[in-house]
Amino acid sequence: MNNSTPIIRVRNLVKKFGDFVANDHLTFDVFSGEIFGFLGANGAGKTTAIRILCGLSKPTSGEISVAGFNIYNQTEQIKRSIGYMSQKFSLYEDLTIAENIRFYGGIYGLKRKEIKTQTAILLEKLGMNDYRDQLIRDLPLGWRQKLAFSVAIFHNPKIVFLDEPTSGVDPITRRQFWNLIYEAAHNGITVFVTTHYMDEAEYCDRISMMVDGQIVALDSPGKLIQTYNAANMNEVFLKLARSSLTEVKA
Amino acid sequence: MISILAEQIGKSYQHIHALENVSFQVGKGELFGFIGPDGSGKTTLFRILTTLIVPDSGSVTVENLDVLKEYKKLRTMLGYMPGKFSLYPDLTVEENLEFYASIFDTTIQENYHLIRDIYVQIEPFKNRLAGKLSGGMKQKLALSCAMIHKPTVLVLDEPTTGVDAVSRVEFWEMLKKLKSEGVTIVVSTPYMEEAGLCDRVALMQFGKIMKIAPPQQVIDEYRRNLFSVKAENTYKLIEDLQRFPETGSAFPFGQSVHFTPKSPAFFPQMLIDFLLQNDHQNPDVHSIEPGIEDCFMELMTESPDAGDLSKI
Amino acid sequence: MNRFRGFVRKEFHHIFRDKQTLLILFGMPIAQMLIFGFVISNEIRNVGIAVFDQSHDAVTQKITDKILSSGYFLLEYDIHSQNEIGQAFRGGKVKEVIIFAPEFARNLEKTGTANVQIIADASDANLANLITIYTTGIIQDYINKSNAQHSMPMQIVTEVRMLYNEQMKGVFLFVPGIMALILVLISAQMTSISIAREKEMGTMEVLLVSPLKPIQIIIGKVVPYVLLSFINAVTILLLGYFVFGVPVHGSVVLLLAECMLYILLALSLGILISSVTNNQLVAMMISAMALMLPVILLSGFIFPIENMPKILQWLCALMPPKYFITIIKNIMLKNTGLLYVWKETLILCGFTVLFILLSVKKFKIRLE
Repeated sequence: MNNSTPIIRVRNLVKKFGDFVANDHLTFDVFSGEIFGFLGANGAGKTTAIRILCGLSKPTSGEISVAGFNIYNQTEQIKRSIGYMSQKFSLYEDLTIAENIRFYGGIYGLKRKEIKTQTAILLEKLGMNDYRDQLIRDLPLGWRQKLAFSVAIFHNPKIVFLDEPTSGVDPITRRQFWNLIYEAAHNGITVFVTTHYMDEAEYCDRISMMVDGQIVALDSPGKLIQTYNAANMNEVFLKLARSSLTEVKA
Repeated sequence: MISILAEQIGKSYQHIHALENVSFQVGKGELFGFIGPDGSGKTTLFRILTTLIVPDSGSVTVENLDVLKEYKKLRTMLGYMPGKFSLYPDLTVEENLEFYASIFDTTIQENYHLIRDIYVQIEPFKNRLAGKLSGGMKQKLALSCAMIHKPTVLVLDEPTTGVDAVSRVEFWEMLKKLKSEGVTIVVSTPYMEEAGLCDRVALMQFGKIMKIAPPQQVIDEYRRNLFSVKAENTYKLIEDLQRFPETGSAFPFGQSVHFTPKSPAFFPQMLIDFLLQNDHQNPDVHSIEPGIEDCFMELMTESPDAGDLSKI
Repeated sequence: MNRFRGFVRKEFHHIFRDKQTLLILFGMPIAQMLIFGFVISNEIRNVGIAVFDQSHDAVTQKITDKILSSGYFLLEYDIHSQNEIGQAFRGGKVKEVIIFAPEFARNLEKTGTANVQIIADASDANLANLITIYTTGIIQDYINKSNAQHSMPMQIVTEVRMLYNEQMKGVFLFVPGIMALILVLISAQMTSISIAREKEMGTMEVLLVSPLKPIQIIIGKVVPYVLLSFINAVTILLLGYFVFGVPVHGSVVLLLAECMLYILLALSLGILISSVTNNQLVAMMISAMALMLPVILLSGFIFPIENMPKILQWLCALMPPKYFITIIKNIMLKNTGLLYVWKETLILCGFTVLFILLSVKKFKIRLE
């Protein structure tokens, strides 16, 4: 799955808001086709970093390239090569399934015919063919999230960023969702994902753990569990995040 | 002693059944959890308990007070933390707390002992605007605000959603402490692993309660044989398991896959052989104890509503 | 009481922490006053007039020269007969005709009084009002200066007639109109938005589950805005007085009391709006559409009500700002007391009570 070319290359990424250092010298690579888990406590600086990688905000300093493009002056190209989905914003609730797909296909410049055939394939795969004219707001959350993910990779991006995609989704749908992620990765799309479900962290090929703006651990889940002598990722997370808290207090 | 008694509550919004025939009891001083995904009806149920909405059918009493007729008296005894943390982002931490104390005609000093353990953690930031707090701190402040008037019953709607794992663990420790003060606590969560921290849980899906029991009993009553299956390539493993004729269900759980066979005659070697034939290296299959999440999924797949969009 | 005080304190925090809104709250009245004030006074330049001088003596000549040299007026015609007056107006260039009575100077000398008539084209009511005020002002100025030289006090009686809009009821200075507009905007819009915001953020849920009574929540929301609106009312009056010289002839206390009444009315309307909306955007749209347009269009602020079709006139009668503007105009410009505006005052009181009752009744003790 991993080949050696990094599709996201981050060197010494620093982002400051006044005196507050949100990202403190982040350095990491994400390889093509891998599922990369980006974990950390609330306020650790994950969202800030994702915004920078998506070209939505500029870092204070650091060398960053995404899909081979420079984050400082090639944001347009970056935006064309990535997909994005978050728990908060995904689809327009007052549009139907088909309308949402057509809209997103349209903004990425897909041709009418292409959108039509792709939509048919997609709805068939998700089993939503009979519901194509339903409004999004009438769909259960799990369906929406699955659809939102499919829309995010509809234009076949090189990388897809997922910000807490499964919050509040039922356990079965959550797993169906991860099947979609696996499939996307299998087809060569790099997946960059944040989550609060620690079992989901274990689905990733590699995980980075952020605490107070710094990456304190980065490895495969199996190795991390071994290194920190833990039973699962939840324990690893608690150990890492807690140790930082005690440091602050002391 | 019964604190909350709900009988056959029903509530519909247009064509959606938010709640159907929901009945349960919560004892005084009990920590009672509602476990279920978004849209399972937890919020609607909690709004009925807190006198905010009126059920279409059924009856509810909290501390022997009818939620419809005696809502005024009941409102002085309830502590409520809605799903959105309901703090004023443009007020400071201390001002939020002061405000919620004042509308219950009390002061922070009067009930400080109740919230001390929680509040000391955010007190260093008491002059910061609530909107600038991290998720975990907001949640602690919201709990402090809900507790400041010494409620008899505390209703917490998804207090841990979107909060990181560390804050979640700390939060549950706080709830344990409050429980020891004799407060009745009703809490909902979409995180299955938090079920184990409650005295009793109600598993909810599609507006119905599928099961009410202490968490251990939920696990004990799991009827299937459960196996953990591991292989190098998880994606291929899941794909291959779908083709395995004995597969009842196969769901990824962390780095392994939880597998239930169709027939009781299944033994692990059958699957190991199958995986070896399909080019898997070092497959591992062994029997395991279920967790709440396994139980929830068992109940879900048995439910006649599963996958039926019109019911949701 | 503690509950209530805590609530009001919180409201003030909300208001003072939102710097942008605060700027709009206090900046808007000033900006509107300046804009309206200067737009209107800019119109008084080279207004075409005609003079029908039936006396042709030294005094009428002096007054005419004084009027024409003021820069406000431009002589279009000299008129020699009664018939020509109508013609002059119909030509469109002439907005005002000044008629000096025969034997003007002699009468002034002998009896101490002389008559001058000013006829204005009131189809543009605002302009007509302003130019007649300017003209009478200039004549008055002349007589004041001559009186200083003569031992016997003299008086020129100016009779103002409005053509095409005889009653001049739709004519006003802009200050009452702006007050009506600003006070409704701030009071009604801000309260309705602030209640809708609590619903949107979910804090209303917690307030409802608390022992706070609906009336406490309502009054707690209203109190800070009463204060803010009152400050605005005073600002507008001061600006009018010092920058544009708009006088207050009547009782200032009565004027402020009427403002207060109108503020309460607007606030209760705002609460009523908020009880039927669930988010800030809708609250804003409703208050903008339902309050601003009627105030501007149907209160006589800009368009004289007398010139409207009957149906619209009835509609105007339902608009509280109409009564407020009438009251303020009477007190400010005519020095009339409560005796002359008690009817309008009573109507405003009625509206206020109605809105408060409705909003307390409609205030939801639950979420739906």
